[in-house]
Amino acid sequence: MTVVLNQSFTGISIGAVLLLIALGLTLTFGQMGVINMAHGEFMMAGAYTAYLLQQAIGDAGFSLLVALPTAFLVAGAMGALLEWLLIRRLYTRPLDTLLVTWGVSLMLQQLARDIFGAPNVQTRAPEWLTGNIGFAGTTLATNRLFILGLALLCVLGLTVVMRSTPLGRRIRAVVQNRDLAKVSGIATGRVDRTTFFIGSGLAGLAGVALTLVGPIGPTMGTNYIVDAFLVVVVGGIAQLKGAVITAFALGVLQSVLEYSTTVSVAKVVVLVAIVAFLQWRPQGLYTLRTRSLA
Amino acid sequence: MSELILSRRGLLTGVSALGATAALSACGAKTGGTTSTGSGATADTSGDTVKVGLLNSLSGTMAISEVTVRDALLLAVKEINAAGGVLGKKLEPVSQDGASDWPTFAEKAEALITDTRVAATFGCWTSASRKAVKPVFERHKALLFYPVQYEGLEQSPYIFYTGATTNQQIVPALDYLKKQGHTRLYLVGSDYVFPRTANKIIKAYAAANGMKVVGEDYAPLGSTEFGTIVNKVKDAGADAVFNTLNGDSNVAFFKEYKSGGLTARSLPVLSVSIAEEEVKSIGTQYLEGQLTAWNYYQTTPGAANTGFVTAYQAAYGKDKPTSDPMEAAYVSVHLWKRMVEKAGSFDVAAVKAAADGIAFDAPEGKVTVDGATQHVHKTARIGKVGADGRITEVWNSGGPVAPDPYLKGYDWASGLS
Repeated sequence: MTVVLNQSFTGISIGAVLLLIALGLTLTFGQMGVINMAHGEFMMAGAYTAYLLQQAIGDAGFSLLVALPTAFLVAGAMGALLEWLLIRRLYTRPLDTLLVTWGVSLMLQQLARDIFGAPNVQTRAPEWLTGNIGFAGTTLATNRLFILGLALLCVLGLTVVMRSTPLGRRIRAVVQNRDLAKVSGIATGRVDRTTFFIGSGLAGLAGVALTLVGPIGPTMGTNYIVDAFLVVVVGGIAQLKGAVITAFALGVLQSVLEYSTTVSVAKVVVLVAIVAFLQWRPQGLYTLRTRSLA
Repeated sequence: MSELILSRRGLLTGVSALGATAALSACGAKTGGTTSTGSGATADTSGDTVKVGLLNSLSGTMAISEVTVRDALLLAVKEINAAGGVLGKKLEPVSQDGASDWPTFAEKAEALITDTRVAATFGCWTSASRKAVKPVFERHKALLFYPVQYEGLEQSPYIFYTGATTNQQIVPALDYLKKQGHTRLYLVGSDYVFPRTANKIIKAYAAANGMKVVGEDYAPLGSTEFGTIVNKVKDAGADAVFNTLNGDSNVAFFKEYKSGGLTARSLPVLSVSIAEEEVKSIGTQYLEGQLTAWNYYQTTPGAANTGFVTAYQAAYGKDKPTSDPMEAAYVSVHLWKRMVEKAGSFDVAAVKAAADGIAFDAPEGKVTVDGATQHVHKTARIGKVGADGRITEVWNSGGPVAPDPYLKGYDWASGLS
């Protein structure tokens, strides 16, 4: 029983990390159809922001709290800049966005290497995030609980923005039919940039969260980007709830398999399961009904 | 058909295209290697200087460890140049980045030998990188000095191994655990050559010494998810963990270990790839009290070490720790210098012939080259991480241990290969 609880928690915590990274992608890839390979590097930017703030501030707990909004803004600004410079010219050419943003991601990795040096760096976690809480015979790591809380908060925030704000309505309108939205008087360019800002900002938050579990380095984004795309694709690309369910399902599946087999076997089985699922349901778990004529 | 579905297809096509590109470039690297100029590339020793190659990962997951090795190599080169060089020629170090990527290591080794025409190359860390460059050095009959402890069971006529082989590190570490009364081991390692071979040896040792291996797990190099592995460790009823993780996976592992509620007191971890530099970057709070097995620590007593630490910190910063692979790298350049001087020539065959018995008063104590195996005699040490991040010795072998890469001196190892 303890084993089951422990493993479920581990799976949920892996899922929380996946979800945090995939959340931004459901906006930029799912909603806007942009294959943003630089998403992982925005994450890296968030992580380095946390590192720099800790160097400047010192206090681990306080700097972490400051890092969350700052990383959101930094990564968001980078995303908006990328959108303005390159992506807005490529909205009708999704494959080109892949190549362009892949190039950008390589440049950002090299830039990070030049600025911060090639070796990875670490942040110190505040004392209250290095322990664990005993619960029904299991131990729940506090850093993982923190990440889970953060992921759920982001989902909640994003849901509220998308459902109940004018901005959210405009985003949905643009996604469903860009031309119709434009002739209805919506400034689609500005909406695109804002959407990209939010999506990339969420990657920044994910980056801060990752500093709690592992090292910070120029290539940290590449470790997660494929998993994040898988979550979005399996979830049904335009759907928040699809991403949430998929992230946790993949996390739990991975950890359960890992427990009974090995890490590599678990990875293979999860990938095979994803391929099989997409054969059965190519559109993913949920799909957005759009009125676009394409 | 909606645009969104199309874009998902687009993603899959794009990703497979990327994969194909990567595969193609890997093939390219391979063909480039085999169609090279062939054997016997000779070093250029005509001028006032002699080039030596430094081959380390200056980027990627291994950079955390290998940059310090490069720095130590440069220090040794600087010292030798200050003392007049080798056979009257100054050394000119040429540094190449293996980028934590094995085909890249092979490519750069090739370039160092055939384009730069170095007299000897120093470097590599992971066994995977060493296995990747081994055929390159053998084909060109060029010398590599490899400074890191490794899994043994290897002997190349063109490689000098100045780090520990298994009977100078892993076997003493197991002896130590056994003496402390540990009988149930959990093995955690990175998924590549060194940990898998090391664990084969550990299992053979355990079977012959009344110990039990209660679990064995491998994580991909660079992996940061250790939740499940830590859970498995907890559930397996182990009384010690033998850790052969390499690189920055250790950061994630020890963070998870501590937040999982495990401590050095409740379940000690003995690591063979964590030295002073890694302790600093993983964070002392995660490592305090844990054990490591090496041949050298920054705290190892002796005048040679005081000089080494002082010189290193003067060159790279007061707060920079020294570590075992750095020391073995530093020693390797000095050993090569002595071999060349004894041979009176930079010629690889002459240097190899002169190698046996070459000794150096190293920071770790006296090391002597064994000409037959091209390994060195080294003192084995077990250390404990203190609250200040320094590692202090809790046990040593009392004197240099003769290298035994194939473990011929141990009955239990007879089935290994």
